[in-house]
Amino acid sequence: MKLSFKINNEPKTVDVPDNMPLLWVVRDVLGMKGTKFGCGQAMCGACTLHVNGEAVRSCSYAAKFAEGKNITTIEGLISGDKLHAVQQAWLDEKVPQCGYCQPGFIMATANLLEKIPTPTDEEINDNITNICRCGTYYRVRKAIHRAVELNKVNL
Amino acid sequence: MNRRKFLIRTGIGVGVTVGMALLAKAPLRRAIAAFADESPLPYAGTGGVDVWFELTAEGNIILYSPKVEMGQGILQALAQIAAEELEVDWRTIIVKHASSQHGPMDKFSTGGSLSVSGLFNPLRELAATFREMIKENAAAIMKVDASTVRIENGILTSGNQNLTLAQVAAQSKEWKELTAEPKLKSSDQFKVIGKELVRFDLLPKIKGEGIFGIDSTLPNMLFGSVARPPVVGAIFKSASEGKAATMPGVVKVVIEKNFAGVVATSRFEAEQAKRALDIVWDMPAELAQQEKLEALIKVGAGNPVNVQKEGNASKMLWEENVIEAEYFSPFGAHAHMEPNGALADVREDAATIKMSTQVVMMTREEVAEALDIDEEKVNIEPAYLGGGFGRRLHTPHAVEAALMSRAVGKPVHVFWERREEFQNGFLRPATHNTLKAKLDSKGMIEAIEHNTSSGDVAFSSPLLPSFLYGIAGADFGAWRGGLIQYNIPNINTISWRCKLPIETSWWRGLGLLANTFAIESFMDTLANQAKADPLEFRLKHLADTERGNRMKGVLKAVAEKAGWGKQVADGHALGLACSVDVNTPVALIAEIKIVENEIKVVKVTCAIDPGVIVNPDGVKSQCEGAIIMSLSASLFEEVTVKDGVVTPNRFGYYTIAQMRDAPEIDVVLLSTGDTPRGVGEPPMGPIAAAIGNAVFKLTEKRLSRLPLRLS
Repeated sequence: MKLSFKINNEPKTVDVPDNMPLLWVVRDVLGMKGTKFGCGQAMCGACTLHVNGEAVRSCSYAAKFAEGKNITTIEGLISGDKLHAVQQAWLDEKVPQCGYCQPGFIMATANLLEKIPTPTDEEINDNITNICRCGTYYRVRKAIHRAVELNKVNL
Repeated sequence: MNRRKFLIRTGIGVGVTVGMALLAKAPLRRAIAAFADESPLPYAGTGGVDVWFELTAEGNIILYSPKVEMGQGILQALAQIAAEELEVDWRTIIVKHASSQHGPMDKFSTGGSLSVSGLFNPLRELAATFREMIKENAAAIMKVDASTVRIENGILTSGNQNLTLAQVAAQSKEWKELTAEPKLKSSDQFKVIGKELVRFDLLPKIKGEGIFGIDSTLPNMLFGSVARPPVVGAIFKSASEGKAATMPGVVKVVIEKNFAGVVATSRFEAEQAKRALDIVWDMPAELAQQEKLEALIKVGAGNPVNVQKEGNASKMLWEENVIEAEYFSPFGAHAHMEPNGALADVREDAATIKMSTQVVMMTREEVAEALDIDEEKVNIEPAYLGGGFGRRLHTPHAVEAALMSRAVGKPVHVFWERREEFQNGFLRPATHNTLKAKLDSKGMIEAIEHNTSSGDVAFSSPLLPSFLYGIAGADFGAWRGGLIQYNIPNINTISWRCKLPIETSWWRGLGLLANTFAIESFMDTLANQAKADPLEFRLKHLADTERGNRMKGVLKAVAEKAGWGKQVADGHALGLACSVDVNTPVALIAEIKIVENEIKVVKVTCAIDPGVIVNPDGVKSQCEGAIIMSLSASLFEEVTVKDGVVTPNRFGYYTIAQMRDAPEIDVVLLSTGDTPRGVGEPPMGPIAAAIGNAVFKLTEKRLSRLPLRLS
């Protein structure tokens, strides 16, 4: 089936099998590899991207639902050379280890801060439910709080 | 440098390459020694000429890493080690993974916490040699005596002349072998080693630009999916196309001797079509069941090998007043985030494989054998690994991808589904431990016996030819962490090998977590029996040796940092445990509370002494990660087997620690001695016991089974 949407502000039209998850359209049809596959069951969050400003676990989101919508992936978070505040905080806190799950964490966090600009630890626990097997959570929490501070400075 | 030979050749437009052919014999035997008595694993080369460095026309130095990056920060560490002797800005060093056809490649594996300790000296020697060669050439260009040339921050100077590395690269006509051995820096001269730096691979990974095995692509690439056995012990017998061949997107159904699968134009379609194949499986006579597996794991059921014996513990522990305990740790999954897979491009007489693997050379051997071509014709190109944890020491999917690529004449990317990773991956074996000890009238342990019984770890691996089992004796992976490290006159440690009807293997730290859980929980019981403070009790039982003193050092450091012995918040308690692995001692204190009958770890304080530290933040990061991973295994993780099916087989149901479960972590770094030791696995040891010991303090209840549960 033919689908049209905007991804990182670029209009795209693709012809993909019915019911193909958005993740595979982004990764294998459009060749953008920043969004990762972890479980295929919306359990780990490695595939998190934004559809019309909502964080979506794209492995379990049929691409057809993205018709006419705006998709943002990790590649689209940066503006020019300037890292998104969440990415900058991630770098400042040296969060990643293997790094595989990190785009998902960053996309989930960017979306959380849109909705709750200064989340409490409990709100972080409730909303950031991604899995990191290397165990970077301690630094993730520090980075989220740091991103909040960076956002305040940028206002 | 004895018997190492440097080869110099002009690169293709890129200046010069320096390589070394190493004595590559007997690496396996030494690897066993490394696992068993924790001596550093020497680099094991490919046996041919290995290109370690290239000087580029731009004046950068490419360093080819024989180890793969799986989150442990090895590429950054190698850049720092090399920059130290090269006397260049570390940022001008570009570290790339070597491949099986280019650069040095470790013949054994990336694993065992051995990368920095194994490469520290060889890499410094190579870098120093290359630096001297650069100086010689700079001298020739400047027409001065080589002894007058200095190099600092990548600039070569003699008198009032100076040259950049790019100028040396451009103006060098030939490169000569060094006749003298260069002198290495002593540790007090280090400028880059020991500096806290941000890993260069973090920024691309944060931007989504890091390329992992699963991200590899080639033009005209197709996707392959392989049908995997539905139950433990089932073996592929035969297959027919079924409806798969006519399903959307299917390019070809591939039926080989050992497997069947589908190649399609998309991952999604390959996966759908695979389910429509008609496959005949050779089913096991009996389906694997948890109760039977646990019976097989029991101490006494398998074959015993005595791995530690001092004095006469067995005799003394038949007498009266013997304290006894037993512990159990379950089967566990790696649950690495990047599922396994491989992209293969097989041509007439050559093959390229791009993938995440911890065993590049073994993967090459397997692919070459399956394709029946020379190993030299197979190039394995490792990408970033989305976690390793031992899971990528088995790479049958490289062979599957290669055979599928040959079948369709195009590159094929084979991938695993998550549920297959659980069902068909290799589990961490369950472990049963029994301990007995006797205290003397002064409250000192006079005899201790430890029996540890587990499935295969090292012995499961094709890395070790089976004739080595005899040399190794017991499975050194299974009993890792099982030796009694305390100064006790009578010690007996026995490792029992159980043959299980389910595949088990390497898992970060191997037996360290299970065995430390048993020993260190038991130490707490003994301290309690002796009415001694658990910290003092441990310190009293450590020898006044270099090794004993380093353990005392981390115990004292962690106790001070965590405020051991001081008041804690109401309803909180501290638990202490320690272990030593690859000669790196680690002590942990867990602060816990109990919320709605569940254990909640509030804070973990860790002290580690890995010797020379290359990148302090790298060590801290590895400690934090290992603490979370082992905490997760201690509190939540368990798989069981019912009717041959591994359950749970998906994330969410297989509970892994999340943000909510992550404690605050404080890491104290100690550094004694002038060699680096391992870091990636040692902090996996103590947490289960530390938490269990804190639970005992709060509840007087001794937990003896992982995952730790109050009811």
